[in-house]
Amino acid sequence: MAVLNPRRLTYPFTAEQTGALRTGDFVLVSGLVYTGRDRLHKYLFDDGACPVDLRDGAIYHCGPVVVHGDKGWAVRAAGPTTSTREEGYLPRIIRNHGVRVIIGKGSMGKATAQACREGGCVYLHAVGGAAKILADKVSEVKGVHFGAEFGLTEAMWMLEVKDFPAIVAIDSRGRSLLQRVRNGSIRALRKLFDSGEKITP
Amino acid sequence: MKNNAQWEASLFELIRRTSVDLPSDVEQALKRAYTGEPKGSRGRWVLETILENIRTARAQDTPLCQDTGTLLFSFQVPVGFDTNALAAVTRVAVARATRMGYLRQNTVDSVSGESCSTNVAHGSPLFRFEQCARSTVDVRLLMKGGGCENMGRQYSLPDPVLGAGRDLEGVRRCLLDAIVATQGNGCAPGVLGVCIGGDRCSGCEQAKHQFLRRLDDRSEVKALGKLEDRILKESRTLGIGPMGLGGVASLLGVKIGALSRLPASYFVTVSYMCWAYRRRGVVISAKGGLQRWLY
Repeated sequence: MAVLNPRRLTYPFTAEQTGALRTGDFVLVSGLVYTGRDRLHKYLFDDGACPVDLRDGAIYHCGPVVVHGDKGWAVRAAGPTTSTREEGYLPRIIRNHGVRVIIGKGSMGKATAQACREGGCVYLHAVGGAAKILADKVSEVKGVHFGAEFGLTEAMWMLEVKDFPAIVAIDSRGRSLLQRVRNGSIRALRKLFDSGEKITP
Repeated sequence: MKNNAQWEASLFELIRRTSVDLPSDVEQALKRAYTGEPKGSRGRWVLETILENIRTARAQDTPLCQDTGTLLFSFQVPVGFDTNALAAVTRVAVARATRMGYLRQNTVDSVSGESCSTNVAHGSPLFRFEQCARSTVDVRLLMKGGGCENMGRQYSLPDPVLGAGRDLEGVRRCLLDAIVATQGNGCAPGVLGVCIGGDRCSGCEQAKHQFLRRLDDRSEVKALGKLEDRILKESRTLGIGPMGLGGVASLLGVKIGALSRLPASYFVTVSYMCWAYRRRGVVISAKGGLQRWLY
């Protein structure tokens, strides 16, 4: 099973690396990732200047809990936030910036799947809510952009991660695991509606 | 209300514990869900990660999810108790918990878009007070993240698309539809809080109020208890699974309440709570001391 045989993705994320992945594969991501959520996506969609080069890079949909201590910034919790909200923004950002890996959670639509196919990009699904485990995969906070403008939750954090676990939800051929699961559940629902024993008062 | 420092310490401890440590009934349900997924499956891996996350967050005293959510405080207070003072000291505890990283800076001004650094603002945290014949204060806290909150929905029956009429069979269809519409997007396996009836507003509140129940209880209304069991059982055939990545456990529980309604209205309101179902409660003595934990 996929879960027992992790595939590895290491920054910079090449088309060759992502092209080898298929939906349902279990991957461990290592290297640089940038966090970004609602405000950053709107900003980049509106052609705001990006302070870093996102080519062959990864955007992680995450608003971490970060505290500043004696040794600088420390990430206390860093699970994924719902990617679905960025569906309207992401295709353009993937195209304009050459982003190769999106990490997040939740359903993504056809536009993102198509942008993945065109750009050799993959959408990786992390375990929502597992913020502590995932924070432990962050080995270093390399910096932060837009902290003052967007607030610490919405800021663009530069995180070095090691063996960050996720499942391939959309592969570089544009196939979607979540869509497959959804289709199956709709068929099962029809069955329950049609043949399930009705409740009688 | 005297001994503000003591009150603040007790309320702070409630917030801290709610953020870092899930109640045992939820953890048990997740363990059962884990053993129900086939070995080597994605569902099992997701639940293994979730269980490890719960243990680590507890051991290291850190928030188990970064979205520390809407803070919903439900108080039962003695008759005549000063609830304004209680709200004020709770706000102080929230600000401290935020400063110490037990709560994320999670409050945004809806007009200006500005982020609030303390989580104390207009409409945050949320309070619900009830006067009871008692000498102590019972405080229950729910922390509900935005991902699952966004998945809530309200049906108005009859619904011709679902073939849902104004009866329990109609309610069943709404609930199954809600599970399929949500998929894993509310961080499955989660819990449905449901209210049949009420108006649009009271239905939402009552649906959420169901989350104060323990996962292992059952509605005392026989018909609702049966419906809870049935929806949970049927959800296992949908194949949505943990995080919607496929599997058996699409839900951990279903909690259904009901309010009376107008003849013209029949609402079915569904609130979705993620697996990171942060619910804690304490009994606080009249002097502000932490007396015992609920749940």
